[in-house]
Amino acid sequence: MHLAYPAVLAALLFCVGVYGVLARRNAILVLMSVELMLNAVNLNLVAFDVWLRDTLHAGQALTLFTITIAAAEIGLGLAIVLLVYRNRGSSDIDRLTALADPAGPRGDGTGRPGAGEDPDGPGTTAGDEKAEATA
Amino acid sequence: MNPGTVLAAAAHHPGFLSPTGVEITFVLVGLATLGAALLTVTTKQLVHAALWLVVALGGLAVEYLLLTAEFIAWVQVLIYVGSVVVLLLFGLMLTKAPIGRSPDADSGNRWVAVGVAGAAAVTLVWVVVDAFRSTWINLHGAVQGTSHATGTSLFRHWVLPFEALSVLLLAALVGAIVLSRRTDGGKETE
Repeated sequence: MHLAYPAVLAALLFCVGVYGVLARRNAILVLMSVELMLNAVNLNLVAFDVWLRDTLHAGQALTLFTITIAAAEIGLGLAIVLLVYRNRGSSDIDRLTALADPAGPRGDGTGRPGAGEDPDGPGTTAGDEKAEATA
Repeated sequence: MNPGTVLAAAAHHPGFLSPTGVEITFVLVGLATLGAALLTVTTKQLVHAALWLVVALGGLAVEYLLLTAEFIAWVQVLIYVGSVVVLLLFGLMLTKAPIGRSPDADSGNRWVAVGVAGAAAVTLVWVVVDAFRSTWINLHGAVQGTSHATGTSLFRHWVLPFEALSVLLLAALVGAIVLSRRTDGGKETE
């Protein structure tokens, strides 16, 4: 088999994953796209291991390690997403802007806690207070 | 590989116009996998995205089988299709994801993402095809990925990373439990 086939498939799958990470709004869909990128890397590892006939089987061992790390990552990531959803009532990653610099004249970067949360309105401040209370 | 064998391999290089049966199967399964991956990242229905992810990961398991990596293929089926997708579906349900079509599944920078992913795809495919145009994987001979070979190398040469990974899995387990526990016990410390 030509090595180009698995290599091209892995490159395309990786780029599909990149698109998903950049374009999706729901955090769980972003995690799915990360899984696609990790699988593209796994396919590369397996293909190059079979091509090189590695006596240490480094490609397949590293593939197993990547699968393990991906399982750990998905568990921790889902726990974090559930925690964020419980605190904020949403898992949309472009609404989680509590740590962002406020767009306005108040964004002077003084580092005082709570300095940037005033222009956001009462809803966001209540959400932040709730998050701080549960933290 | 020294340059002599590379030149010899390129001299009677099999060519792309007479594909073998394994190559035809690989390309067909690869097209299905790629289509399922595209549907995963573009569908508006969140649960359907998880189900298309099953198809993509299962297709990758078939690709591993075609590359003679049997053990990796079954590990892929067990862990990805069996547990990771189930975890993702649980996550979707626990965050009260809408069942029907959700029009705001894609964020506003969708066209920037298309541009970045397209540029990355063109660059990567160009480089990879240019580099491995005449490289041939010999799938005949000793099977590279039997569970005997993988297990022998894993427990002979890769024992220390294996044990380190088990500690990492334990840490991830404890971390996930701590993160997802309801913090009722924290009220005494306040």
